[in-house]
Amino acid sequence: MLGLSKKDLNLLFIVFVLTMCAPFILNPFPEGSAMAQFNAGYPDLMQRFVIFGIFAIGFNILFGLTGYLSFGHAAFLGVGSYSAVWMFKLLSMNVIPAIVLSVMVAGLFSVLIGYISLRRSGIYFSILTLAFAQMSFALAYSVLTPVTGGETGLQLALNDPRILDGAASSAGNIPVPGLFGLEMRDSTFLRLGDWVFTFNVGYYFSAVIMLLSFYLAIRIFRSPFGMMLRAIKSNQQRMNYTGLNPKPYTLAAFVISGMYAGLAGGLMAAMDPLAGAERMFWTASGEVVLMTILGGVGTLIGPVLGAGLIKYMENIISKINSEILHGWFAFMPDGIEDFMVAIVYPFIGKGWHLTLGIVFMLVVIFLPGGLVEGGQRIARMFRRKKTTQDNTPGTTEPAE
Amino acid sequence: MGILEVKNVGKRFGGLQALGDVNLSVAENSVHAIIGPNGAGKSTLLNCLVGKLIPDTGSVMFDGQSVLGRLPHEINQMGISRVFQTPEIFGDLTVLENMMIPCFAQRDGAFGLNAIADMMKDREIVDRALDMLDEMNMLDKREMHAASLSRGDKRRLEIGMCLSQRPRLLLLDEPTAGMARADTNNTIDLLKQIKDERDITIAIIEHDMHVVFSLAERITVLAQGTPLVEDTPDKIKGHPKVREAYLGEAA
Ligand SMILES: Nc1ncnc2c1ncn2[C@@H]1O[C@H](COP(=O)(O)OP(=O)(O)O)[C@@H](O)[C@H]1O
Ligand SMILES: [Mg+2]
Repeated sequence: MLGLSKKDLNLLFIVFVLTMCAPFILNPFPEGSAMAQFNAGYPDLMQRFVIFGIFAIGFNILFGLTGYLSFGHAAFLGVGSYSAVWMFKLLSMNVIPAIVLSVMVAGLFSVLIGYISLRRSGIYFSILTLAFAQMSFALAYSVLTPVTGGETGLQLALNDPRILDGAASSAGNIPVPGLFGLEMRDSTFLRLGDWVFTFNVGYYFSAVIMLLSFYLAIRIFRSPFGMMLRAIKSNQQRMNYTGLNPKPYTLAAFVISGMYAGLAGGLMAAMDPLAGAERMFWTASGEVVLMTILGGVGTLIGPVLGAGLIKYMENIISKINSEILHGWFAFMPDGIEDFMVAIVYPFIGKGWHLTLGIVFMLVVIFLPGGLVEGGQRIARMFRRKKTTQDNTPGTTEPAE
Repeated sequence: MGILEVKNVGKRFGGLQALGDVNLSVAENSVHAIIGPNGAGKSTLLNCLVGKLIPDTGSVMFDGQSVLGRLPHEINQMGISRVFQTPEIFGDLTVLENMMIPCFAQRDGAFGLNAIADMMKDREIVDRALDMLDEMNMLDKREMHAASLSRGDKRRLEIGMCLSQRPRLLLLDEPTAGMARADTNNTIDLLKQIKDERDITIAIIEHDMHVVFSLAERITVLAQGTPLVEDTPDKIKGHPKVREAYLGEAA
């Protein structure tokens, strides 16, 4: 079905169920309980999960398959956001044209940066992409202020032309992005006892696009093109002497992953119609590298998991403060309580980066294949006894 | 006129004249061996033929067309495949995938943006790759990662990959180096079979005289970057200059 093998179809189905049921899965704790702060089922964060999932899926097509480590992919994300906001300002608040333009502009931009950066490989390639991204950041932050809004960022204004929906927006409020009347920020709530589940239009829109992106990534991984990309990573010399030109292959991979980043950037703007230069800063480029490595480089599902984990930590752990900690350890004798709080404190709130760093180190050292390898090890432990019977000699592709 | 014509090729690395003034003509559908002591410039000569190095002087013509100034993949697409001195395969890919890549390259050219189709459903390519693996006696290893193959198998795989491109000229750089006797004999049989079954020209660099004398129709002896003599195997065996320069130490 869908041109996928059974294994890939299962994977796609799992991701489908996870994303569609995310409002439930991410909100396991009842409202008002002590654990409720670990709930991640609110629209903002759920949107970020899937949008950064798209970003990481695309990044992995370049880094995971060809091994070329770009350190400047946030530039394409930023370009995508700016394009989308401009589309909202000039054309219409409908998200479709905005996102289409994001992808196209990011694609063009990545042809240019890719063409130049791919003249080198290894660390020099990474440095070139980093340089381009920082240049883009500097341009967006100051030089191109009329286009990008500079320090304050690009925002919508009441008097924007919006030529397609001019009449509709004369109500006096700045309109919000939508999809043929459905506003991205709209949500429905479902109350079940103490639990509240939020179903947000923007989230489901982004989730559907992520599923499509994920499906496309599977197709690319299993295609002759995907195999050529893996061949580039494995042995470029042999590639050359087999009559294949690695350059257009890597450039195509670079542009595809740049378009994924542009799509993510466009979606970010569709969820919240503003764009700032900080989206292109080098730390943002580094973050997607971390996501991919944390989840599992070159695997299909890994980048999505990595993106989820990092965004979860960024948003949940960073919100824990010392009062909450005292609450947790309140059952202990006073002295021990303070001691425990003092130990845990550096890892929460603003210290979430420390936690992320430790998690990252542990994964890289003990699970070089990322979270996916962790999952595989667990699955193997359960499956050890019945391996012989259902070990069909199918195709050997990189793990999911 | 041979299918491969090398004229006055010279190559210098810094102060070292790796190739002096090499002239070589390889006749179509023959097996031509190039022998010579270590450091004679044999691999350097092959590098000049496939675009890995650009010679300082001279010309290299393949089938009437100049090879110089073309990129390695373009030269390969002209019909020249090369087996390297240390096997160059796609270690992270499976044996079957390794075999499929040259089949794609031969059919679809140097670049194809076929990013949606399932490669395993391309029956033509898969069948061709499986046939070649069968011919190489490696069908049972098709799901293995190429990096985990034995040295002999890696070499066989690389030869198979080159053959599956249906090249007109196959260049082999010491294909039996480091192989056990049995593997060497297998390789000789394989090459003999290839030569009998196909319209193919083979240029082989080899250290092992047993291999050279069981395969070659003509032999060029290279020493210090210049061809010493070129003749039939029988004549080479008895040639005093060759015995002195090379066979003496190898025997
Ligand atoms: N890329 C290179 N740079 C510098 N010197 C080289 C290079 N390649 C080969 N040489 C030198 O050229 C000479 C010939 O080498 P080579 O062609 O590999 O000999 P062989 O006949 O053993 O294959 C050797 O002295 C080698 O050290
Ligand atoms: Mg050599």
